[in-house]
Parts: sequence; structure tokens; C-alpha cells
Amino acid sequence: MELALQSRILFGLTLGFHIIYATIGVGMPLLLLLAETMGIWKKDYQYRLLAKRLAKGYSITVAVGVVTGTIIGLQLSLLFPGFMRIAGQVISLPLFMETFAFFFEAIFLGIYLYTWSRFKKPLFHLLVLIPVAIGSGLSAFFITTVNAFMNTPQGFTIDNGAITNIEPLKAMFNPATPTKVAHVLTSAYMTTAFVIAAITAWFILRGHRNEYYKKALRLTMAIGLVFAVATAVVGDLSGKFLAAYQPEKLAAAEWHFETKTHADLLVGGTLDRTTNEVNYALKLPNMLSFLATDSFQGKVVGLNDIPKENWPPLIIHYWFDLMVGIGSFMIALSAVFVACRIWKPKLEWNRWLLGLIVLGGPLSMLAIEFGWVFAEVGRQPWILRGYMTVSEAATTEPHVGSMLVLFSVIYALLGILTVFVLVRMARRNPVEPLLDARSEQT
Amino acid sequence: MTTEGLGISILWLFLYGYIIVASIDFGAGFFSYYGRITGKGEIINKVISRYLSPVWEVTNVFLVFFFVGIVGFFPETGYYYGTALLVPASIALVLLTIRGSFYAFSKYGNPNSHLYHFLYAATGVLIPASFSTVLTISEGGFIAVEDGVPRFLAGNLFYSPYSWAVVFLALVSVLFISTSFLTYYANRADDPQAESVLRQWALFNSLPTIFASLLVFMALWKHNPEHFASLMGNSIWFILSFAFFLNALRLLIVKRSYGWMFISVMLQFFTAFWGYGKAHLPYLLYPYVSFHTSVTNPTMAKFLVAAFIGGMVLLIPSLFLLMRLFIFNAKYVKGKLS
Repeated sequence: MELALQSRILFGLTLGFHIIYATIGVGMPLLLLLAETMGIWKKDYQYRLLAKRLAKGYSITVAVGVVTGTIIGLQLSLLFPGFMRIAGQVISLPLFMETFAFFFEAIFLGIYLYTWSRFKKPLFHLLVLIPVAIGSGLSAFFITTVNAFMNTPQGFTIDNGAITNIEPLKAMFNPATPTKVAHVLTSAYMTTAFVIAAITAWFILRGHRNEYYKKALRLTMAIGLVFAVATAVVGDLSGKFLAAYQPEKLAAAEWHFETKTHADLLVGGTLDRTTNEVNYALKLPNMLSFLATDSFQGKVVGLNDIPKENWPPLIIHYWFDLMVGIGSFMIALSAVFVACRIWKPKLEWNRWLLGLIVLGGPLSMLAIEFGWVFAEVGRQPWILRGYMTVSEAATTEPHVGSMLVLFSVIYALLGILTVFVLVRMARRNPVEPLLDARSEQT
Repeated sequence: MTTEGLGISILWLFLYGYIIVASIDFGAGFFSYYGRITGKGEIINKVISRYLSPVWEVTNVFLVFFFVGIVGFFPETGYYYGTALLVPASIALVLLTIRGSFYAFSKYGNPNSHLYHFLYAATGVLIPASFSTVLTISEGGFIAVEDGVPRFLAGNLFYSPYSWAVVFLALVSVLFISTSFLTYYANRADDPQAESVLRQWALFNSLPTIFASLLVFMALWKHNPEHFASLMGNSIWFILSFAFFLNALRLLIVKRSYGWMFISVMLQFFTAFWGYGKAHLPYLLYPYVSFHTSVTNPTMAKFLVAAFIGGMVLLIPSLFLLMRLFIFNAKYVKGKLS
């Protein structure tokens, strides 16, 4: 296997592992904030208890998120030294600012986790969460601008190999930034809510049918619905962005070869690689035109108008479909749950519905993974679209393969232990004995 | 001051900050495990846990800040060190990962697990050893450049007396910095038993830091005479460092003013670190990367400095709040607030 490919796999593995923790890291502060707000607003201690229990588990995932995030920061230079040497001249500003945002978040998270009974009013403890949520949101924002820059680099000119006319802010606020940042944030809020909903539904299915769990499920499903819809709206805008700035990614995602108006959206199917014919796919007439241009008659550039060496791997069609499919399923599921709650309260605790909600947690996280695989593989062969390919940037150090083995073992171990430790924590600290307590002792 | 001078000074200060807070953290992990196996765990662990719990993540950020900053200000360093140090840096990352996650697993998940605690403690000794080798490598002779591609010469590093002298210095420094801080903290916590144990450890590690520094000087004289000569030119910093050390030692012996004692230890390391860094320039990697030629473009440098100032305006009050709530809050330190 060539070195560049090994470097890609290792970096992909790190990113794929880190994104699970990073997603929760971005989403959880908002969830905690909403739970604590509900507790104060409804004068209901159970919401505060919910926040407290979530925060306990969160302290585990944050730890793994911090260390894997450190790995990403260093691996960027270790595996793609050529990238930072050139791109670092233009895009190091947001990377640098990301550490400040994270610093800010870490300080207030430390304060939040250790001051449950320090303040006289719960409101003060809630206020500590605001910088945590802002810090984690800003972290996600800064780091996503770097990824956006890799897709639509701007803010510099190359003169005989030298980089000149550098404009760091223009590089940060490149055309991909708005949709990418919005998609990352909304999907993180959505996924965190659905993951917690899944755990809650699991407890309810196992017979824990008290008000605490019901409140938790209602809260998380409602938050999930709001952000699932927001994610879909941003996804639609991302389609228009891709059509305008990265047409090859959209075309490859849709197996769209002929440039034409009234283009159909293809779901699933198989591709005949010799004739580029698509079979067995579900055709949604004119929908690709709508996704790309907001008009059913819009013209969508096909792969045939793009030099073949710049085609992304065509397999990304499946990653795209899986991401969108899961997103749509989650909107439907959470909408059904919220509708039942309003109009058919008896169905709210239906076993089948709860079962699907349990499934929805891992599915949402998978959608995040599929989305990132789609985004990253869809940029191939470029690391810096139009300027530098991944192979040009990758390291020439021959030991990438053994490092790949080393990190695979570490991630497997950490993944298993995270689950093990969280399950153990939940088992050892059942919520039921705490529910009667009217006071704030634990 | 030139932009590159300003940049490297900021980064050097942050690296110093990391060395102090991380030493406290690494040493604390080591001693909490030591206390556990020798049965003195109860006393020391309470003190250590109260300090560490709210601040451990902040420690890690200092490190990330340093390497993101150095690659930002001096992109060439990322290229040279990045290519050459894939294997050693990956190993250091794995250690850091084990430490961070097992701290959380052990602290929040399963406080009784011997294995988690051991991994957390052992990595605290191995990480400073492995990080300190990066400073060794920067002295030159461990990275060769063939056809413009940097290669790491692992054998040279392993058989170099200089490299081992630095590792030794790193280890005793970690233990000295952390025990002197914890002595102060135990004293604040009104925990005389813990204080007396920690004070003995601090005394035990005090002279070895000076001994190890002398070893490093001698080994560097052999390894990189040019840098050694430059160190001698900056000897005022090392004389100052020794004076601060003597003051710290005096206060430890007479059991007085532990706060000033720890400040003296911090100044001991600050002056030595500053003198070392000053003498190290202009090279960031001897003799390939100089900070004059590897600095990023002036536009980006300006933005980075501006971002730094903005970041500090935000961070300094936040750090101050964190310290007020935990480290310098008498009630919290004494365990009266949860």
C-alpha cells in the first residue's frame, strides 16, 4: 500500500474516532443548558438531576475528546507535513484561535463540573454553561473553517511557487464556510439529543417508567426534532453551495454524468463502471435540479464536463445517501414522537416507537460518520482543492503503517473502555433513589 | 522586537507554562499511585485530587497551544519535525492519550481500579521523558536531511549521553516542581501529615535538579559547542536560577512561607528556561531551521499576534476565576466545598 494512502487511512481513522467525542462535546453543553433552564423555569429538580447525570458521563467523553483532538492537531503535521508548510501560511489563524476557544471552554467546563453546590442560586451554575457552549461552538466553527478552506481555498495567490497576497480572513470566510459550519453545528446538536434520547428510551424499555425518564425523553426528542429539521435545511443549502463551487463532488455523490436541466435525484442503485449507467436506483424527478439550484428546471453540471483525473471516487454516492437517509428517518421519527405526545398520548410509550428511538442514537452518529467520509473522500484527489493533492502533501516517512496499527489498537481500546465505564457508572448510580429528594443533595 | 522574536517569546512562555502545570500534574499522578501502594494514599490523594480535578484539561491545552502556535508562526518547523518525528511523536501521543483517558476512567468511572491508576501514573513519568527528547533533537545531530527530506536518526538519540542527561533532568524537575507545589497546597489545606510527606519528597528531589542541570551543561559542551558557548554568554540567567533555587531550598528547610518557596521554584525554572531558550536562538532546529528564515509571512504573523492578544484578554480573567474558585480558595482547598 502506498504511503499517501496509509496516511489517509490513519488520519481518517483518527478523525472518525474523534468526531464521535467531538460531536457530543459540541452538542452536550447546549443540552445541559436547556435541561438546567427547564429545571429553573419549571421549578423541577428532576431536570437539574438530569443535567447532573449527563455531566458526569460527559466528563468521560470530554477526556477522550480532548486527547484525540490533541492527536488530530499533531497528526496534521506528522502525516501531511507538506500541507501545513504551504497552507499554514494562509490558514493557521483559525487553527490558532481554535486553541483559545478550547482553552476558554475547558476552563469553564472545569468550573461547571465542580461547582454543583458552590453557588447559592442554581442560575449562577447555569450561567457558567454559557461560556462552555460558546467555547465549544467556536471551536467547531474555527476548525470547520479550516476544512472549508481545503474545499474552496481562497485569500492568497501563487506566484512562481511563492504564496503572496495573503488575506487570512478571506481564507477563513471562504465560500464553503457558512454551510459547513452550520451543518456541523446543527448535526452535532441533533445527534447529541438523539443519542441521549436513545439511552433514555432504552431505560424506559427496560421498565424504568418514571417521570424522570419521560421528561428526559420528551426534552431530547423535541430538541432533536428542531435540529434535525435545521440540519436538513442547511443540507439543502449545502447542495446549492456544492453545485456552485464544487460541482464534481455533487455530481459524484449523485452519479450525475450528463450536464442537463431537470436533473433527477438518484437514491441507491448500482453503477455500471464501463457504461456509467445507473440501475435499480429510485429516481426522484427534477429533485437534483432543485437541490442544486432551487428550481426544478435548473442546470446541473455532470461528471462528463469535469476532467476524469479530478473525479472523486464514485462510491461517495452511497455515503451521501446513507447520511441523507438517516437524517430524513430521524426527522420522521422525532416528528411522530412529538405528534403522539400532543395528539395520541397513549402511543407515546409504544414499545415499537421506543425501540426505533433506541436505534436512532447509533444511527445519528453513523450519519455523522457517513457525512464526514462523504465530505473528505468527495474532495479527493485534493487536500487543497485545485492547488495540492493529498499525495503531494503526505509524509515520506516509511513507518506510517506501523503507526496505523498502533493507533487502531489504542482507539479500539478507548472506544470499548468508554462504553464499559459509562455503562458501569449508570449501573452503579441508579436514578431512582435520588428522585424523592426534594433538596439538592446527592 | 521583531515579529519572529515576539512570536517565539510568546510560544516559549506558553511552553514554560505547560512545563509548570504539566509537571504538577505528572508528579501528582506519580505520587498518588506511590501513596496508594505504600499505604499513604489517603493523605496525599485527597490533596492531589482536589487540585487536579478541575484543572487537568486546562493543562493539555497549554501543550496544544504551543505546537499549533509554533506551526502557525514557523511553518517550516512543522515540516521538518513533522516528517522526521512521526514515530517518536506518535508514541508520545499514545502516552498522552492513555494518561488523559485513564485519568477520567479512574477518577469518574472506577476509582478502585489498580490498573487504571497505574497507567495514569506511569505515563506521567514517560511523557516528560519523551517530550524532553524533542528539545534534545532541536540541538542538531539527530535529524539528517537527504534530498531536502528530513530523516530521524533514532540510533544517535539513543546512544547520546546528552539525550539521557536531558531525560534525567526532565524527570527530577517534574518531581521537584510538583512536590514543592503540593507541599504548598497541603499546607494551605491544613493537612500537616500530607505536608510533611510531600516536603520530604520535595527536599529529596531538590539537589538532583541542580546536579542534572550540570550534567546537561557538560553533555551539551560535547554535543553542540556552539550552543554551549552561547549558554555561557547568557550565564546571568543561570546564576539567577541558582539563586532562586537556594531561596526555595532555604524556605523548604525552615518550613516557612511555602507560597514564596513555590514562586522561587517557578522562577528557578523560568530563568533557566529563558536563558536556555535565548541561547538556543536563532535555531529552532540546529542547523536547518532558523527562526529568522522560517517565520510565516508578515500578514499572517500580524493576525496571529492580534489573535493572541484578543485571546489573552479573554483567557486571563477566566484563568483568574478558575484559580480563585479552586486553587486559591481556602475553603475549597481544605475540602469544605465540594
